[in-house]
Amino acid sequence: MNGAATIATDPALRERAWAAAASVCDPEIPVLSIADLGVLRDVRIENGVVEAVITPTYSGCPAMNMIALEIEVALENAGFARPKVTTVLSPAWTTDWMTEAGKTKLREYGIAPPAAKAGRRALFGEEQVACPHCGSTETARISEFGSTACKALWRCKACAEPFDYFKCI
Amino acid sequence: MTDTPLFQYTLRLADTALVLGHRLSEWVGHSPVIEEDLAFGNMGLDLIGQARSLYSHAGEIEGKGRDEDALAYLRDAPDYRNILLVEQPNGNFAATMVRQFLYAAFAHPYFEALAHSKDKTLAAIAAKAVKEMAYHLRHSAEWTIRLGDGTDESHRRAQDALDELWPYTAEMFETDQVERALIEAGVAVDPSAVRATWDKTLDHVLSEATLVRPRDGYMQSGGRIGRHSEHLGHILSELQFVQRAYPGASW
Ligand SMILES: [Zn+2]
Repeated sequence: MNGAATIATDPALRERAWAAAASVCDPEIPVLSIADLGVLRDVRIENGVVEAVITPTYSGCPAMNMIALEIEVALENAGFARPKVTTVLSPAWTTDWMTEAGKTKLREYGIAPPAAKAGRRALFGEEQVACPHCGSTETARISEFGSTACKALWRCKACAEPFDYFKCI
Repeated sequence: MTDTPLFQYTLRLADTALVLGHRLSEWVGHSPVIEEDLAFGNMGLDLIGQARSLYSHAGEIEGKGRDEDALAYLRDAPDYRNILLVEQPNGNFAATMVRQFLYAAFAHPYFEALAHSKDKTLAAIAAKAVKEMAYHLRHSAEWTIRLGDGTDESHRRAQDALDELWPYTAEMFETDQVERALIEAGVAVDPSAVRATWDKTLDHVLSEATLVRPRDGYMQSGGRIGRHSEHLGHILSELQFVQRAYPGASW
């Protein structure tokens, strides 16, 4: 076996590559890393080449090109030459993959994190969303669609502040 | 491989998504309120994203080196395979919303079924699209109810839109030679299988909206074999302008 094969099985190196890729933030919600979001699916090393695997949140997410480019830069900066970024569609991204740390960061940033398990919810049912400012659940949806594909516009009846809600999908 | 039924089928799905996505993008900057401007932009983006994945897949099936851009920008109207419903003019806000509702009520269960396709790439694209179409359906259904059950004026506009768009709804449920073998092979979805779900959604929403479901009369057809209304050419003249004027332009 040659050196490359040995490197491929070195868990510390893989950890370092993962950490580098995971440091990339969502350009639209800069408090969240792509690992917090669940967009970074895998980082593997084969024959000395690092490959990061990502999945889009929404089919038309315009941030994907930017994210792929930033992963390449982060990996290059961490000493991995000519890294590869691969996009996969399956399994389809779900807000269930967002980490608890990510949800806390979102709330502190003023965005209500996805409320429940995505699953199959009644199409005309209404979610209960807590205001990220005051915690009240006396809230109402203004619009299903917000400033980015992943967010909806809500408002709080208790503190009268508007806020973004990270939609469940 | 070249012009196989699977290529034609994938192209039909892609063209329908792109043309409707483009139609919705025409609202950006013109919506009655900013929330709806954002909503049309978001829904258009979903559809164009679905189209991009489908075009890439179609290009691979064809195997002639055409990528998503070649398929979207360098085919003329007779080569487009979208259903006629999605190329109809936006008209007023009610007309666009009713058109979106008629399509989403179909696309949601259709993609749900396509997520089980034997073609793994189509299944993956559909599994993402079904989540997006759930939001399109909810949004457009709520607006259809709000407009239908609103003022006399909004009711009239919603009913007029429904009456005018109705002849274009049958095409969604058609199957032809291109699709039959694919349906039997478990690759394509038999649209007649989602008809009952579509009917149920329509009956529920239209009754809440106090709108009258039109009767089936002469129903339009032909988009999926390249026979289009004059509207598609105008859409493409705008959508394809830059690539036609400056071939290969990039930035
Ligand atoms: Zn509040």
